[in-house]
Amino acid sequence: MEGQYSEKVMEHFRNPRNVGEIPDASGIGNVGNPVCGDIMRLYIKVDDKEIITDAKFKTFGCGAAIATSSMVTELVKGKTIDEALKVSNHAVAEALGGLPKIKMHCSVLAEQALRNAIDDYLAKKKVKA
Amino acid sequence: MRKVYMDNNATTRTRPEVAEAMLPYFSEIYGNASSIHQFGRAARAAVDSARGKVAALLGAGSPEEIVFTAGGTESDNFAIKGVAAALRSKGNHIITSSIEHQAVLNTCKFMAKEGFDVTFVGVDENGVVKLDELKKAITPKTILITIMHANNEIGSIQPIEEIGKIAKEKGIYFHTDAVQTVGKLPLDVKNSNIDLLSMSGHKLYGPKGIGALYIRKGTKITPQMLGGHHEMGKRAGTENVPGIVGLGLACELAQKELATESKKLTELRDRLYNGIISRIEDVRLNGHPKNRLPNTLNVGFKYLEGEGIILNLDMEGVGVSTGSACTSGSLEPSHVLTAMGVDPAETQGSVRFSLGRDNTKEDIDYVLEVLPPIIKRLRDMSPLYESKKK
Repeated sequence: MEGQYSEKVMEHFRNPRNVGEIPDASGIGNVGNPVCGDIMRLYIKVDDKEIITDAKFKTFGCGAAIATSSMVTELVKGKTIDEALKVSNHAVAEALGGLPKIKMHCSVLAEQALRNAIDDYLAKKKVKA
Repeated sequence: MRKVYMDNNATTRTRPEVAEAMLPYFSEIYGNASSIHQFGRAARAAVDSARGKVAALLGAGSPEEIVFTAGGTESDNFAIKGVAAALRSKGNHIITSSIEHQAVLNTCKFMAKEGFDVTFVGVDENGVVKLDELKKAITPKTILITIMHANNEIGSIQPIEEIGKIAKEKGIYFHTDAVQTVGKLPLDVKNSNIDLLSMSGHKLYGPKGIGALYIRKGTKITPQMLGGHHEMGKRAGTENVPGIVGLGLACELAQKELATESKKLTELRDRLYNGIISRIEDVRLNGHPKNRLPNTLNVGFKYLEGEGIILNLDMEGVGVSTGSACTSGSLEPSHVLTAMGVDPAETQGSVRFSLGRDNTKEDIDYVLEVLPPIIKRLRDMSPLYESKKK
């Protein structure tokens, strides 16, 4: 696919799922910087069975950055931490019906934001234990 | 849904009367303008008439100073490569600016690879070329100064009169890419010491695929397109007669309407800007506050990235563009805003509204109605805006 967004990307861009913050989040993942034009902040809420019960995001970036943020939150909700760690950038892009080549980095950012949120959760858990 | 086109610096709609005037040159008057028979003579007459109209709009000394090309990009390539080739033995230094269109920028970079020295002169915070820097850059080896008349992204008008004077004093050729200004701003190549000027048909309500290069009489330039003796031996290739006819008429109409159109567009543009700043906070104007193309408004919306705004406006039927990253297939921030010293994060959220003769007050009011909710929605999603509020 060259240049143009898929229907699915546009749909998630138009109606992004899970926009917002989780005030008592179990883990927060930040990635990107404004100079590159993309920042994602991903929040996850994890229960005592290690299941992600909620995920939310805030994103500064292009259409693909918003759509991949939306999709990754949808993909991880209901998954265990172990399962969520297996969600790759390709899985995010595939679920969106593909991304233009030049926008694949957005899916990488989404995967990274998720990893960072999980790392943050695991680090906090360690401190508690 | 209402459709509002505000991307006239990208291209304009060919005027219906222009399209109409071109039609006979596809069917009845199809001769080759170089043929000596009656079919050819009819085409030649049309080409000559159009040449006169282009010359009149530019203030050229004679129609023979106008060479038709395939568009602005070819004209820029021809001017730079042609002068460089003709004056190679005199010197190898070219001066340009850091905010040129890619057609000039990439041609200059190519010349650098070919062994020329190229100086890219900087601009101030309003996007205007620094004249003192330009003067200092001149060496005995300088053969060409190429600076655009007005910038396509931000609309800032460059001091071409002064540059023309400087170039003339030093005996250096001056080329200007006037693709965005022909038909929008008054021009007088003869008295402005412009030696070469590039223009394009489709930016002034003419057809695509046609343009012209003004070459002052006596200017040394090596043809870049070789073949027959077309265009006074300067540019080979059978003339694009329908395109030339269209360009000629577009120039004639532009000359007649320039003053009234310019006034109307300035009013609409300022109505849009005033409407935006009264409805949306944290907005910056990119470009010179006053000395700017009458139709161009480039605004930066803080905490946002431009593509999201463009896509949302598109969903509302509004066509605009961004100088930033995403839309152009490049992820680099705008080289123009960067050269102006705009904060890198803030170059991302810039949107260019470029108005045209079909736009109305109602179009402006429609944009002012749909834009604020878009900005709010995207800002509510932006972690940068969240940090600002805290």
